[in-house]
Amino acid sequence: MSFQPIKFYQTGTFTVGNRLLAPQERSVQAGEKRYNSLNSGHRACQGCGEALGARYAIDAAMEACHGKLIAANATGCLEVFSTPYPETSWQIPWVHSLFGNAAAVATGMAAALKVKGQHDIRVVAQGGDGGTTDIGFGCLSGMFERNDDVLYICYDNGGYMNTGVQRSSATPPAARTATTMAVGTEPGNAFGQGKFVPAIAMAHEIPYVATATVADLRDLEYKVTKAMSIRGARYIHILVPCPLGWGTASQDTIRMARLAKETGVFPVFEAEHGEVTAVLKIRKRLPVEEYLKPQKRYAHLFGKQPRVDTIAHIQGLADKNIRKYKLLEEGI
Amino acid sequence: MDKPFAITLNPGSSLANHTGSWRTTRPVYVDRLPPCNATCPAGENIQGWLLHAESGDYEKAWRALVENNPLPAIMGRACYHPCEGACNRNRLDEAVGINSVERFLGDEAIRNGWRFDKPAASSGKRVLVIGAGPAGLSAAYHLQRLGHQAVIVDAAEHAGGMMRYGIPKYRLPRDIIDAEVQRIVDLGVELRLNTKVTNLAEAMREGFDAAFLGVGAHIAKRAYIPAGDANKVLDAVSVLRGMEGEDTPLLGRHVVVYGGGNTAIDVARTAKRLGAEESIIVYRRTREKMPAHDFEVEDALKEGVSIKWLSTITEAGESDIMVEKMALDANGFPQPTGEYERIEADTLVLALGQDTDLSLLENVPGLVTGNGIVQVDATMMTGHPGVFAGGDMAGNERTITVAVGHGKKAAKAMDAWLRGEKFAPPPKPELATFERLNTWYYSDAPKTMRPVLDIIRRQSTFEEVLGGLDETNAQFEARRCLSCGNCFECDNCYGVCPDNAVIKLGPGNRFKFNYDYCKGCGMCAAECPCGAIAVVAEDI
Repeated sequence: MSFQPIKFYQTGTFTVGNRLLAPQERSVQAGEKRYNSLNSGHRACQGCGEALGARYAIDAAMEACHGKLIAANATGCLEVFSTPYPETSWQIPWVHSLFGNAAAVATGMAAALKVKGQHDIRVVAQGGDGGTTDIGFGCLSGMFERNDDVLYICYDNGGYMNTGVQRSSATPPAARTATTMAVGTEPGNAFGQGKFVPAIAMAHEIPYVATATVADLRDLEYKVTKAMSIRGARYIHILVPCPLGWGTASQDTIRMARLAKETGVFPVFEAEHGEVTAVLKIRKRLPVEEYLKPQKRYAHLFGKQPRVDTIAHIQGLADKNIRKYKLLEEGI
Repeated sequence: MDKPFAITLNPGSSLANHTGSWRTTRPVYVDRLPPCNATCPAGENIQGWLLHAESGDYEKAWRALVENNPLPAIMGRACYHPCEGACNRNRLDEAVGINSVERFLGDEAIRNGWRFDKPAASSGKRVLVIGAGPAGLSAAYHLQRLGHQAVIVDAAEHAGGMMRYGIPKYRLPRDIIDAEVQRIVDLGVELRLNTKVTNLAEAMREGFDAAFLGVGAHIAKRAYIPAGDANKVLDAVSVLRGMEGEDTPLLGRHVVVYGGGNTAIDVARTAKRLGAEESIIVYRRTREKMPAHDFEVEDALKEGVSIKWLSTITEAGESDIMVEKMALDANGFPQPTGEYERIEADTLVLALGQDTDLSLLENVPGLVTGNGIVQVDATMMTGHPGVFAGGDMAGNERTITVAVGHGKKAAKAMDAWLRGEKFAPPPKPELATFERLNTWYYSDAPKTMRPVLDIIRRQSTFEEVLGGLDETNAQFEARRCLSCGNCFECDNCYGVCPDNAVIKLGPGNRFKFNYDYCKGCGMCAAECPCGAIAVVAEDI
């Protein structure tokens, strides 16, 4: 099973902490003295999924390597909102790379640490979907291919959000952005071929690839901890809803991530050396409308004449994920 | 000014940036009223004591329970648990077995000999409590804890009132009553048995500052039924009271019980246990209209009691009775049809309700009675200042739990009255409705646990023969509580805040918001499983 095994408790099993669990069974985030790697005072929007995902992931990585961690950070929301000169929200050694070379900078740091014999210090690279799936893709693929000892974390919010919500190659089909307006016969982003970087990472057959969402903290922490126990190139792709770009209410960030997983729109799994080893099953399967409707970027699908064809198309993609990754229990 | 090239400012922390200024709404921690607590006639803080039972601290749970109700072992058996009907978990799977956990705690207390906390400093006031039933015991217990000397006077040989003389043993064993009464006596309450008060004014002259009346309703209502010489027509009250004596009542092989309340069910089930071949309840309306609780009816049917709906008894013969069929009219009232039937019957037991003996209240100035009950105000005080009343004699909803609630309410009002104040109940918080919960976070019971759960249900709602829960399944059952409207320290708010604006105060101390950085996104409130965070508009 991919998620952290928890003793059976009727209440709070899916919660962050739970006073009924022994301290060692609680999540990193439940700790009174957690690292808070990304500290208060950052300038992310209200209800930012990326700020939350970054703290979840980096705190778990810090816990796994006893606080000896260096991060390279691609340009993007995460970098912009956390480090307006001269302030920083980071409580870890942190380097701002260019937009496109976070993976290469991290590779360099890992190589330097190796040369200096400091094997206990670990390296992560992180960036948004723009810096990962578009601009930094070449460096990332190189890092995978060389199997450099770096954990690369991509926070996927489906677009270039801090520059005004432009399309990226991770923007989902039919979504409205500033560059894929809801006009014409096929409004929103084109369906295209799709570019799912976790699958591309798996094609490199690197030791570890995983996807996660901010809706399941325990699963996310488990995956980061596992990734940190492995040497070589590792990739974790975290879905982080963006209230600004998605047009959702700030309190709904976690709910949207949960709906993405429960509808099958975003498959949550882990893979080792190119093969899927575990998936997070859907608990209560829901139709994709449940996920699409609260988002203003899909509002054009639910106008006076709902685009049932487009919705059916998206449902088809979700069903394909469910089949492909076996997201439902057998026989359901 | 020893800075690297092109650097003019010292590195700073983002903590300098107080993002709390962005806020237009603010989250606040609240305690809402769980539906179980809102429904409990005894005003128990059910969610509050379940919280301690969840962590296995049964003594703390029991102490929290007896803050409001001194009779948990009795309640855990004889209460009709309206709390479970109101439980929000009904809408997920099944209600939490509150009653069974309560019984477990009550039994643990008896087994371990837990005592009540010693009362507050003595006030020097003395209060007369008439009747050692649930209302009187409850009132005396609360008065004693508030520092007043309570003296209970009861006409019967043993304490317990209708709990002893009205509820069959298979529902409530007598050693349980004895243990819980003794614990109240050990608190310092004076108990005088075999003493009947016939004149309240006279009894008060002994030096009492106030009185609580809880004499119950012991007089069976009668209906005129033409009867032959040889047949036996009894009333439910005397049958059930007779069960307490040396000689159990002789009811014969064919027993007919007339009535549709819980007492009728008790008598029919008792008759069955006494060896009656046939135990038939005759009731003039339908099952839906029956005042008896459905699970009691169900238990009775399972035990072989049969029920004749829409029937009235018109005549009692030597060895049979005449029954007339009824039909409901347009208004839902039963009307005679003229169809008759004879049923074999050695005994006919009338269970048509009870009246209160109000004779001791004659010549009490100001005291008003009506419809067979004593009239009381919102604080349970009668028209005569300083004389309070509760239980069966002061209301039409006549259950043990209501009586315990009356006793508590009256005790608090008496305490205020004795100090020359007027009792003002604390304001009730908003109800924690199901819609306020985020039930995603409550896991379903795994299938392997289901059989255990079913047994728990059976044990909690059936007769004494089946015994109570043991520690493991009592704790399991307690942990099914959703903690509606009250923080149970799941750390969700602390975890989900993107701005680290929630401060964890450590075990038992919950959390607080750091409004310097809280941007007011509302995620903590949306992801709080139990609805213990409200979002309010910020004054801008």
